[in-house]
Amino acid sequence: MSAMKNLVGWIDDRFPLTANWKAHLSEYYAPKNFNFWYFFGSLALLVLVIQILTGIFLTMNYKPDAALAFMSVEYIMRDVEWGWLIRYMHSTGASMFFVVVYLHMFRGLIYGSYRKPRELIWVFGMMIYLALMAEAFMGYLLPWGQMSFWGAQVIISLFGAIPFVGDALSLWIRGDFVVSDATLNRFFAFHVIALPLVLVGLVAAHIIALHEVGSNNPEGIEIKKHKDPVTHIPLDGIPFHPYYSVKDIVGVVVFLMVFSAIVFFAPEFGGWFLEPDNFIPANPFKTPEHIVPLWYFTPFYAILRAVPDKFLGVVGMGAGVVIMFFLPWLDRSKVKSIRYRGTLYKSILTLFIISFIGLGYLGTQPATPVFTNIARVLSVIYFGFFIFMPWYTKIDKTKPVPERIPE
Amino acid sequence: MKKFLLALLFVPLTAFASEHGYLDKAPINLDDYASIQRGAKTFTNYCLSCHSANAMRYSRLEQVGLTEEQIKNNLLFATDKVGNIMSIAMPPADAKKWFGAAPPDLSVISRSRNPDWLYTYLRSFYLDDSRPTGWNNTVFDKVGMPHVLWSLQGKQILKAAPHGEHDAHAKPEFELVQAGSMTPAEYDATVADLVNYLTWMGEPAKMKRMELGIMVLIFLSIFFVLAYYMKKEFWKDIH
Repeated sequence: MSAMKNLVGWIDDRFPLTANWKAHLSEYYAPKNFNFWYFFGSLALLVLVIQILTGIFLTMNYKPDAALAFMSVEYIMRDVEWGWLIRYMHSTGASMFFVVVYLHMFRGLIYGSYRKPRELIWVFGMMIYLALMAEAFMGYLLPWGQMSFWGAQVIISLFGAIPFVGDALSLWIRGDFVVSDATLNRFFAFHVIALPLVLVGLVAAHIIALHEVGSNNPEGIEIKKHKDPVTHIPLDGIPFHPYYSVKDIVGVVVFLMVFSAIVFFAPEFGGWFLEPDNFIPANPFKTPEHIVPLWYFTPFYAILRAVPDKFLGVVGMGAGVVIMFFLPWLDRSKVKSIRYRGTLYKSILTLFIISFIGLGYLGTQPATPVFTNIARVLSVIYFGFFIFMPWYTKIDKTKPVPERIPE
Repeated sequence: MKKFLLALLFVPLTAFASEHGYLDKAPINLDDYASIQRGAKTFTNYCLSCHSANAMRYSRLEQVGLTEEQIKNNLLFATDKVGNIMSIAMPPADAKKWFGAAPPDLSVISRSRNPDWLYTYLRSFYLDDSRPTGWNNTVFDKVGMPHVLWSLQGKQILKAAPHGEHDAHAKPEFELVQAGSMTPAEYDATVADLVNYLTWMGEPAKMKRMELGIMVLIFLSIFFVLAYYMKKEFWKDIH
């Protein structure tokens, strides 16, 4: 044991190992009342690690070449030892990343975790979400199936709707007049190195900002307001390690059970995670009947299609994502947590959730006139939630918030 | 709320499956190695001159109980080494000229077209003078592929047209006008074996994946119990 102590001491003289361990784990005081919704932050980190590790092994056998890409994926599925498992973990991980991140964002929404002083945590989080969308979009091109190809073709051509520079811009993104080998190569470069670097950096910023101000909790009460006069430890706080590290292990195991159930028993997830059309090699001369983005993009895709004008549709789709950045400054309520909000806010939040899930569903369906009209109504609700937030959060009848976290 | 994640598992698993008209249910059984072996024989005899299966090695058939000798003696027509892939000699450009479209590689056809589609498709060719090949198909209208298995099934005509304004989900009715070398029941069984083989070939790791999955879930369940009680122990004085 003393050899261990000596080693740690030797390191501490040269690198703040113990100081960091304390600041971020053993003496980082988190509120004692975290509930189910607080599992998804650590789970998102877990999925990031899964994606990076499986991604490294996939890269060892994948060929970023339009003539070889499709078959190299099948090669991984058959001839590479455990290749099928690594590939399914990566494809399932992509979808599960969004499941976890959407639930994590929803947590922030209902407990007001984006409110002062945590605005930057939210902004970094939104940047992670944006980078994740780019990462997923580019990764989806790599298997070089029909849906990979046509999905990329449709999304990149959206940039063409921008006045004056649009065509030049989409040409510049593709590196060719259609999605081609050049596009595949650059998407590969972005997917395996550029965006992962950005993601890891943003995740670090997200966590540093969080540990600077401390975690919010389901009550929306600041635990730092009531500290022990001697030790200066928040009275309602407990050290992250061991309390939340052992609790998060339980969450990790439950998550891994769900994850494994999908990987081993339903990796296509009925066409939602791996689409049937993506088992057909990319063919620039044959457009699939329905081009549908993967499920995690469909709410924004539905907004795009709901707007009659193509350019304004693109603007609407972009605005749908960007408007979320401003949430910390749109909310004027006296309280943070949904537990102390009034009926008005709760009703509007419910409508918002219905609109988001509804748009997500409609984005997967063919754009029939009835569906398009429903998508328009839902888009108005979606944007209304943000635009009218300063007003309805101000007049909402809130309940008094206790000083301390109730037992 | 924990139920929410579990509920995700039961999301309708057939989201993309219902776009074709009527389909028969394919009797798939990946544990039936004899059926997969018979299907492999039909595949190499009838399909593997126009269609390739470039992701499939002959030697992988050892996984369904064939020996290297059996593979060499019964299935190797297009090549001489069991480690080779199921490729074909026909140049794609010629194939395109002859059939209008190059016959697709069949390695993962069971994953882009589902087994039910394949099973119904291979039994739904009917005589149609308006087509260059003389054949049409109720599942794949104006298909470029002729009925390669007609000597087995015989020739059938379509009694009620499923295309156009008729109900696309109604089961089409055929009438056999010239018998083949097999009875209809024998032919259905042969196609079932072939589709069983195609399904197996689409993902040879599938059976192993499910076996392993059960072990992984058992391991995680035990891990869960330990993790749960460890958490409880650590948290017993937090109120």
